[in-house]
Amino acid sequence: MLRTIIEKLWDAHVVQEQPGAPALLYIDLHLVHEVTSPQAFQDLRERGLRVRRPDLTVATADHSIPTTDPTLPIVDEIAAKQVAQLEINCRDFGIRCYGRGNNRQGIVHVIGPELGLTQPGMTVVCGDSHTATHGALGALAFGIGTSEVAHVLATQCLLQRKSKTFEVRVDGALRKGVTAKDIILALIARIGIGGGTASIFEYRGSAIRALSMEERMTVCNMSIEGGARAGMVAPDDITFAYLAGRPYAPKGADWEAALARWKQLPTEEGAAYDRSVTIDADRLEPMITYGTNPGMGMPVTAPLPEPSRVADPLERDSIAKALRYMDLEGGKPLLGHPVNVVFIGSCTNSRISDLRSAAALLKGRKVNPQVRVLVVPGSQEVKRQATAEGLPEIFRDAGCDWREPGCSMCIAMNGDQLQPGEYGVSTSNRNFEGRQGKGGRTFLASPLTAAAAALTGVVTDVRTLL
Amino acid sequence: MNFRSRLVPLPINNVDTDQIIPARFLKTISKQGLDRHLFNDWRYDAQGNPKPDFILNQPRARGAQILLAGDNFGCGSSREHAPWALTQFGFRAVISTSFADIFKQNSLKNALLPIVVPADAHAALFALVEREPEAEVTIDLAAQTVSLPDGRTVEFPIDPFSKHCLLEGVDELGYILKNEAAIAAYEARRVGSINTLE
Repeated sequence: MLRTIIEKLWDAHVVQEQPGAPALLYIDLHLVHEVTSPQAFQDLRERGLRVRRPDLTVATADHSIPTTDPTLPIVDEIAAKQVAQLEINCRDFGIRCYGRGNNRQGIVHVIGPELGLTQPGMTVVCGDSHTATHGALGALAFGIGTSEVAHVLATQCLLQRKSKTFEVRVDGALRKGVTAKDIILALIARIGIGGGTASIFEYRGSAIRALSMEERMTVCNMSIEGGARAGMVAPDDITFAYLAGRPYAPKGADWEAALARWKQLPTEEGAAYDRSVTIDADRLEPMITYGTNPGMGMPVTAPLPEPSRVADPLERDSIAKALRYMDLEGGKPLLGHPVNVVFIGSCTNSRISDLRSAAALLKGRKVNPQVRVLVVPGSQEVKRQATAEGLPEIFRDAGCDWREPGCSMCIAMNGDQLQPGEYGVSTSNRNFEGRQGKGGRTFLASPLTAAAAALTGVVTDVRTLL
Repeated sequence: MNFRSRLVPLPINNVDTDQIIPARFLKTISKQGLDRHLFNDWRYDAQGNPKPDFILNQPRARGAQILLAGDNFGCGSSREHAPWALTQFGFRAVISTSFADIFKQNSLKNALLPIVVPADAHAALFALVEREPEAEVTIDLAAQTVSLPDGRTVEFPIDPFSKHCLLEGVDELGYILKNEAAIAAYEARRVGSINTLE
C-alpha cells in the first residue's frame, strides 16, 4: 500500500499492538513546560517512578512568566511557585531545563525547532495543544494532557489510536500582503473548528512548498484550531537548510545519514487520504476573525455575517452570541473598527520573520497614540537576532512596547492582558471569550495586519499601506 | 459504572476549555480545588458573586452528574484541568454530539465519560430537560447506553480499551509499564534515529 508521511511516521514508531488495546507509540522528543507538568511529576513521585529517558526530554518556562526584566523576581506568588517547581522537578528528575533567565529560554514551540531539537521523522509531544507547530519540520507532533505527560515521562510511550489522514492542498501563489497566517485562518473558516477532529492534516501543494520554515510553523501551529491534533509538511530542501548547523541537529556523518532517512519520508505519489480539501492561494486575502472561535474568520474587507441569514439555528445562535460578546453588528464592515491593543507574539507568530515583517511596516512610522502595542519575541534567540538587526529600536521608535520572551498575552496568565471591553488585534491563535483577559475581545490576524492596525488605530487592510 | 442523574443543560456549541476553566487558574501545581473555577467567567459576575441565571448556580445543578452540552465540547487547549474541574464539581459524564480529541482523551483518564449521541437523540435530551427539568436518565457504561424515562434507550460508542480500564479499574500507566520489555526491544531495534540529546 502507498503510504502518506503520516502513516510512515506512525508505522515507524509503533512499539507493539496488542489485541483490544491501542498501539503503544514511541515518543522521540518530549517537551515540558511549567503549567501542564507539575501534577505529572507529582504522579511519578507518588508511584516511585523515574523519568525513563531524560535525554529525550527538554523543559522551558513560557506560559506563566512575566515578559518584564528576567533578573527581577516574579511578583505573582502563585506563578513564581509554579516556575520554581519546574526547576525543582527538572533537577530532581535529571531533565535539562531552559528556564527563566537561561539564554535558550523561549516559547516551547519556538525553541524546539530553533535549537534543532525537532527533526523530520520524529514523534514529538508536549502538554500543550500547539505542539502541532513542530509538524512543519515533518515530525508527527501533537498535544497531550497531564496524565499522558506522566506516561511519557515514565515510559517514553503513549497508548494511541491511529488518526485519519486529511490532505490540505494549497496551490498557487500568495498575493502581496497575504501571509501564511491568512492560509490557516482561511482553512479554519472553511472547515470549521471541529472540521479536522480525529484527523492529522498534511499540508501540501505549491503554495506550501513556497513557504519558509517559519511560515510553515505558523500554518501547522493552528492545526488544532481546525480540530486536528497534528499538522505536517513533508521535509524538503527548505527544511534541511533550516536545520543544518542548529545546536541539536546531527553533524558530519550523522547529518548525512539523517538526510538520507529524511528524504524517504514524503508521501508516496498516489497515496490515498481519508479526506481532502483544496485552497486556491491566488484568491486568498488578508484574513481576520470577528467572533469567539478561530473558525469565525473572514477576509478583512468582508462585511460581518448577519445571524438572521444563517439557516442552521445553532449556528445562528452561535454567531449571534459571538457578535454580542464582541459588541459588533451583523452586516457592517469590520474595517475601520477601533482597536485598543495590538499584540505581536505567541507560538503562532513570534519568530524573527514575523518580527521583521511587522518592523518593515512600522519603520519610520508612529503607532496610533490610542493603541497599546506589545511586541513579544518568541525566544531569547529571537530576541538576540532581532536586537542584532536593530528591530527593538524600530518598534520602540514607532511607540511599541518591546518585551521579554514568553507566551504573554496569547494566554494572559502572566499579567499581559486585555482589559474588559477592549479590542485587540492579535497575532496569536485563539479568540475565545476572555482568552486574552476577562471581557477582552480578540481579532486574530497576521503580523502585517496587526502592524497596520497599530498604525491606524482601526482594523485596516494592510494592502493600503504597502 | 452505572448511574442515574438529572441533566444539566448547556445548549452552546464549541464550548472551549478556556470557558471550562480560564487560563489564569492554571498557575496551580495541584489538581485540587479547581471545581470552584469551573465555568468561572460564565458563573460569577465581576464582583465574584454567582450569576443566578447561569445553570451551574441553579438548584437543579446541585448533585447532578451529567452535563448535556452542545456540539464539539472541549475544543481548544490540552489542559487536563478541564476534566479535573468537571469531576470535582460532581460530573461523571458529558453528553454531546462530538468532543475535541484531547479533551476526550483527558476525560477518559479521569473517569469522566465523553458520551457521543446522534443529533436526534441529542435534540430529544434537550427537549426532555426543557419539558421536565427534574427528569433523570441512566447511564450504563457496560451496556453503552443512556436510558430515558420514557423507556427509550440510546447507544453510545466508546473506545473498548478505555471502557475496559474504567470498568476494571485498570491504570493506563501501570499497563504501559508492564510492557517495559517491548519498549526496550523497540529502542534496541530502532534504526538510527532515536536522537539522544547529549
